Amino acid sequence: MNFGFTEEQSLLRDQVERFMKEACPMPKVREIAASESRFDSTLWQQVADLGWLGLTIPEAHGGLGLKWIDLTVVLEAAAEGLCPLPIASQALASAAVLTCGNDQQKNDWLPAMAAGKAICTIGLYDEANWIDPKAITAQAHASEGGYVLKGTKPFVNDAAAAHYLLLAVNGPNGLALAAVAKDDVKITHQPTMDTTKPMASVNLDGVSISAEFLLPMSEEQLAFLTDCGAVATTAEMVGAGAAILAMTSNYAKERIQFGKPIGQYQGVKHRLADMYVDLESYRSLSYYAAWSVDDDVAGLAKAVSLAKGYASDAFAQIGIDGVGLHGAIGFTAEYDAQLYLKRSKWARPMYGDSDYHMDRIATLGGL
Amino acid sequence: MDFDYTASEQSFREEVRSFISDNLPPKKERDKNFLANWLEKVRAKGWVGFAWPKEFGGSEGGLIEQTILREEMALAKAPPLGTSMMGLAWVGPGIMQYGTEEQKRKFIPDILDSKVTWCTGYSEPNHGSDLAAIQCKAELKGDHYLVNGQKIWTTGAPWSQWIILLTRTQFDVQSKHDGITCFLVPMDAPGVEVRPIQNMAGDKHFAEIFFTDVQVPVENRLGAEGEGWNVTVSALANERSSIGEVTQMFEKLENLKELVKTTSLQGQPANKDPKVRRTIARFEMKVAAMKFNGLRYLTKQIKGEPLTSETSVNKLHRASLEIEIDDFAVQLLGQAGLQLRGGESAVDGGTWSKSALNWPNVVIGGGTPNIQRNIIAERLLGQPKD
Ligand SMILES: Cc1cc2nc3c(=O)[nH]c(=O)nc-3n(C[C@H](O)[C@H](O)[C@H](O)COP(=O)(O)OP(=O)(O)OC[C@H]3O[C@@H](n4cnc5c(N)ncnc54)[C@H](O)[C@@H]3O)c2cc1C
Ligand SMILES: Cc1cc2nc3c(=O)[nH]c(=O)nc-3n(C[C@H](O)[C@H](O)[C@H](O)COP(=O)(O)OP(=O)(O)OC[C@H]3O[C@@H](n4cnc5c(N)ncnc54)[C@H](O)[C@@H]3O)c2cc1C
Repeated sequence: MNFGFTEEQSLLRDQVERFMKEACPMPKVREIAASESRFDSTLWQQVADLGWLGLTIPEAHGGLGLKWIDLTVVLEAAAEGLCPLPIASQALASAAVLTCGNDQQKNDWLPAMAAGKAICTIGLYDEANWIDPKAITAQAHASEGGYVLKGTKPFVNDAAAAHYLLLAVNGPNGLALAAVAKDDVKITHQPTMDTTKPMASVNLDGVSISAEFLLPMSEEQLAFLTDCGAVATTAEMVGAGAAILAMTSNYAKERIQFGKPIGQYQGVKHRLADMYVDLESYRSLSYYAAWSVDDDVAGLAKAVSLAKGYASDAFAQIGIDGVGLHGAIGFTAEYDAQLYLKRSKWARPMYGDSDYHMDRIATLGGL
Repeated sequence: MDFDYTASEQSFREEVRSFISDNLPPKKERDKNFLANWLEKVRAKGWVGFAWPKEFGGSEGGLIEQTILREEMALAKAPPLGTSMMGLAWVGPGIMQYGTEEQKRKFIPDILDSKVTWCTGYSEPNHGSDLAAIQCKAELKGDHYLVNGQKIWTTGAPWSQWIILLTRTQFDVQSKHDGITCFLVPMDAPGVEVRPIQNMAGDKHFAEIFFTDVQVPVENRLGAEGEGWNVTVSALANERSSIGEVTQMFEKLENLKELVKTTSLQGQPANKDPKVRRTIARFEMKVAAMKFNGLRYLTKQIKGEPLTSETSVNKLHRASLEIEIDDFAVQLLGQAGLQLRGGESAVDGGTWSKSALNWPNVVIGGGTPNIQRNIIAERLLGQPKD
């Protein structure tokens, strides 16, 4: 029984925090988010060189052969500074190949993904707020030598930066992931609240792929990938939540009103305490869910729903309180608090909002 | 990160389980000697004062085994391992930490053997949350102190033999935390008068206590004169970690699930109602958060880092759950939820309605939620003090 991190994991965390401070501080984050590509290939190469993109990829496929709990360390620490690089998308695409790919595909694709040479993302559901196989409407039809795709994937994270996209479709034999090259599909950037998490729609109409680019996916595999998505999202919610709590707490110590630091008023300090209680609680649940990915698949669904169900609403409230406790300065574009509020809006529906996860907790709990 | 138990931890769990199955008959089959036998047997096992040093009669058991022991006992709804909850939770540890050799010899064995029940005399009518401002007076008169003053809300006072008593020995102090002194006082000392107080649930568990010219021998002082605040703080730290028992909350959650499955809501089983399902899921998320927060704290302790104020997090969860779960059950049951035991429509023997009136035990006793929030904001986030 040991619910703590190892020495190596602590060093990894330090490494990510140092990278964020030195190479990707907030002005840089804003610069990337405002740029046309919303991506930075120099930083991406650095991240790849540090090995973060291959953490969960087996050594045989060019990765480090570590676990999701190690990935969580990176995602959490990077999200403290709202890192706009598609690290989570890359990890989910790797998980998709590991889960649904055959040996050939793993051998061909994973080394390039671990090295960051192939930037990849996934797109699962086509409904805005529905986690269900029926919420996948895009299709793959058999054609000569392969398949022809049809439909639009309206909500694909990091699609514009990616070289390859793994997109859930209904194929002739059931669910599948279609692996498509960015240049073969029509990608349209969609403006959203959170500019550090670029989103695009991907139109697939008439796109042909050869047979080996359609990876069969069972409903269990879909559910597993969805849970992985929720774990990655929740890890980022821990880091971002901790950052805005620290920012707000520091501000409350310095901002004087009515002759005292506002942190002395219980209207402020008790809200900070509640933010702390919620953050620490979903942090504990999030670590347990990340551990479950590798070490307790049978308990994964429950662990994920406890974590994401708690974090979805709690982080949203932390974002609101973080801005609110700053007074008017928090409402300004220049001040960073608002960026975290926007991240909380992004994270809330991602891979299931609290209602979805609470419904699943109820079902899994025998109700 | 690793949530598995070692082979020896696992076999300890088996040992506890088989002990329970051998020695804990169903409630109906328990005779009047059951409790005395039970206490003797768990004592013989070394499970009372499990983590205490061997020189005082404990077993020096590890933190994980202790957690396993508590978990299994709670799962089996076993009676307590000793009759003096407060003696085991903080009076004993306080005496071991601050007491004289003579005090340790005199008091510790009786706590472990369930011969003596202790109560805690901290709160006063005018000093509850602001505990350090207490006024109950103790004056040194040669070989004894003379105690005058009043305590209140003292749980167990009507049936306890001893009290750990917080007094003020010095009044002209710079900080109110100075000049406080702790004593170990027999409840039958001349001048001690106990008046039980009935609470809103109908029970008389706590009392007010009047001390009039009570003579307390100097050798009954716990710690040095003026050191009483430190003695108290370490005692309350023990309380905060012992209250955070998660197993009981899971138990309550299971009972609630059973309840909604057997309750009809507008003609259909309540467990089919989306709002009911999500409400219970929300409770479950909080209880699970308590569990995994607790495991993180346990890991910290195992690494030798003392717990500080972070246990207030679970205390706040526990407080809100304690209120919300019963309140939800009673509301769900409608007019039947109002009925107490004996009522024709009372559900589960009136346990929900009864416990819906009992939350102050957990929510107010041991420091209110507002005080816990102050602790978190000031000690963990570094906010300025009130
Ligand atoms: C959209 C917008 C439009 C505005 N328009 C105008 C305008 O036209 N003219 C104008 O003059 N001003 C305007 N304001 C300013 C507005 O009146 C102030 O922002 C407001 O009074 C709060 O002051 P502050 O921003 O300095 O925050 P602070 O006073 O520094 O407060 C920061 C935080 O501390 C809390 N806090 C402060 N004191 C206490 C206390 N004693 N107890 C508990 N909590 C406390 C606050 O609730 C807040 O959450 C505007 C603000 C906004 C956001
Ligand atoms: C069931 C039960 C058992 C108990 N058992 C014992 C016992 O065995 N021994 C013992 O010594 N005591 C015991 N107590 C007393 C308990 O410790 C006190 O009730 C508690 O500390 C609160 O003190 P108070 O009741 O005087 O309320 P007060 O301190 O008067 O508080 C009243 C209200 O004001 C709020 N408040 C007070 N100060 C602040 C502040 N600074 N900021 C914000 N809000 C504040 C409180 O949160 C509370 O809501 C028991 C109480 C209960 C209910």
